[in-house]
Parts: sequence; C-alpha cells; structure tokens
Amino acid sequence: MTETSFEKFDALMVAQNWVNEGRKIAIATVVETWGSAPRPTGSHLVIDSEGNFEGSVSGGCVEGAVVFDAVDAIESGKPTMLEFGVADETAWEVGLSCGGRIKVYVEPVTT
Amino acid sequence: MDRSLLTSLNEARAARRPVAVITELETGKKRLLLSTEVTGDSLEPQISARLTSGKSGVEETPQGDHFIQVYIPSVRLVVIGAVHITQALAPIAKACEFDLTIVDPRTAFATPERFEGYSLHADWPEEILNATLLDPFTALVAVTHDPKIDDFPLKAALEAGCFYVGALGSRKTHAKRVARLLDAGVDQNAIDTIHSPIGLDIGAATPAEIAVAIMAEIIEKLRNQSVLGASK
Repeated sequence: MTETSFEKFDALMVAQNWVNEGRKIAIATVVETWGSAPRPTGSHLVIDSEGNFEGSVSGGCVEGAVVFDAVDAIESGKPTMLEFGVADETAWEVGLSCGGRIKVYVEPVTT
Repeated sequence: MDRSLLTSLNEARAARRPVAVITELETGKKRLLLSTEVTGDSLEPQISARLTSGKSGVEETPQGDHFIQVYIPSVRLVVIGAVHITQALAPIAKACEFDLTIVDPRTAFATPERFEGYSLHADWPEEILNATLLDPFTALVAVTHDPKIDDFPLKAALEAGCFYVGALGSRKTHAKRVARLLDAGVDQNAIDTIHSPIGLDIGAATPAEIAVAIMAEIIEKLRNQSVLGASK
C-alpha cells in the first residue's frame, strides 16, 4: 500500500521523461475502487499522443480503453473520468474479470 | 496536470519526502503539498489523516469532490549483521514489503550464498550508512553482538530519526552499550528509544522465532506511531 521503489518503470518518472522529450502525454490515475480491483487507488498509467503507455491501472483489463480516451484527452486538453466494472454494457470488451469496479481519472499534462 | 507539478512531485518522491496531491475533480485544479505544508489548508484534517494512513482516496466536501493522493516513501529495514537471525529475518521482511539492506563487514558471514537475492554489503557500516539510507522511514536493527560493528550504526540511526532502532543483546550487554553510547556523546533520551532486548516478548527461542519477534515489534512501531505521516 505504500509507494514502492523508485525504479525505471515508475510511471511518473516515465511521464516526466516523456514531457522532457517533447511528447504530449496524459496521466491516468485510479481514484476509487469497489470490490476486488486489480490495482489499488493511486495507481498510474502514463500515455502519449501516439498511444504508447507505461504503468497500469488494472491487470491489463481496461488499459486499452483508458489509452483510447487518454489520446482524446491529450487532444482536447480536458480531464475526464472513466468508470469500469462488470455491470458496464461494454463489460465484455473492457470489463474487469475479477468482478470489481474502478474509477479512473485521466488528465493531460500541460507544459 | 501542470508539468511543473509533475516535476515537483517527482523531486519530493526521489527525496523520500511524504507529499499529497489534491485534485478538484469538478475543475481539474491541482495542488501539491509536502507533509510540512498541510497546516492551514482548507482540507487539512483530511489530508493529514491520509498522510498518516498512507491511503489515497476521494473526499466529498461542500466544495465538491477532491481526490487526495498521498505518496509515502517505501519503508526500509537496514540490518547490521549477516547472522543466522538475519537469514530468517530477510524473507519475513521481504514478505512484509520492506526494502531490505544487510550490512556486515565480516566476509565469512556476508556471503552471497547465505543471502541470495538480497541487497548485501560486506562493508563496515561507516562506509555504507548515510543520509540517503537512514531516514524516518527506516528501521535499523543491529544483531552482530560486536560493539565495533553495532555501535556506529546505532548512533547514526538515532541521529537520522529512524522510526525503529533495535539492538540484540541481554540487559547486561545493553547496559554496557548504553554506557559506550553516552561516552560517544549520544543523548540519553535518544538512547532510551533503542529496543533492547530486541523484539516483542513472545518467548522466542530459535533464530526464526527471534526474527518474527523483531519484525512484529517493527510493524507495531510503524503502524501505531503514525510513522507513515512522519515529516522531516
């Protein structure tokens, strides 16, 4: 539950490096979880405008959808809130197989 | 999120300083507060509570929903002495998700075979321990039984404000240790915080049981004394 080691694949360090390289990026963060969620509140995924990403907000279940919306957020410059769960109509595509629900906040990084 | 906030956040994390980032979910506005800067903030009680618990989450307030994310340094354990107890302690510490460092200048003890997969230094503590390794999110235990090896790290850990400092030895051994540390200029109040005899009193008899007692005592200190929200 504590912030673990400061390593090469740390999403926020990757985010900073990408911004320094001039890439346009967004950061996605798990802000709420219900039931069994694969990644805890506070987990980060960083995405660039090309759809490259590092980190995780789930065990790989919803990253695709988050990346898709993050690219939009980078273009629009506006943050957005996403919600995923098995009750979703789109569950088959981007649901959490573990049965939990998560809210993911996606925000572009402005320079 | 502004680029400068991202940079400040990474700087604070790299420096192992506890930090909170507050996001107004309606507007997307963000602010970053070091644990030393929370006083006077409109969400001071909520932020302080989350810095103490180490848990991030959404707070519903009359001013709208706020996401408070806290970044707490990982908890470290530095063990002085690559002894039998340490061989039992290492996997327990790892299971409890502590960042573990083992230091012992005696190369007969500090062998890679005995501590495969762990961060092991066959050096004098004087050469290894410094401000980047010892801080308020670090526990230090000295288990060599040898004052030449144990005394320096105990003094250094007390000076660095480590949240737990423990030393192996009987009450008699510890009394001698206290006298030496006083001679070395260590404050009596600081010396009094050293846990010795080390570990919770569970009647531990074997090296593995002593390791359990030590780890339990460290966790008790960590969870009951707001170490996670400690600020420096």
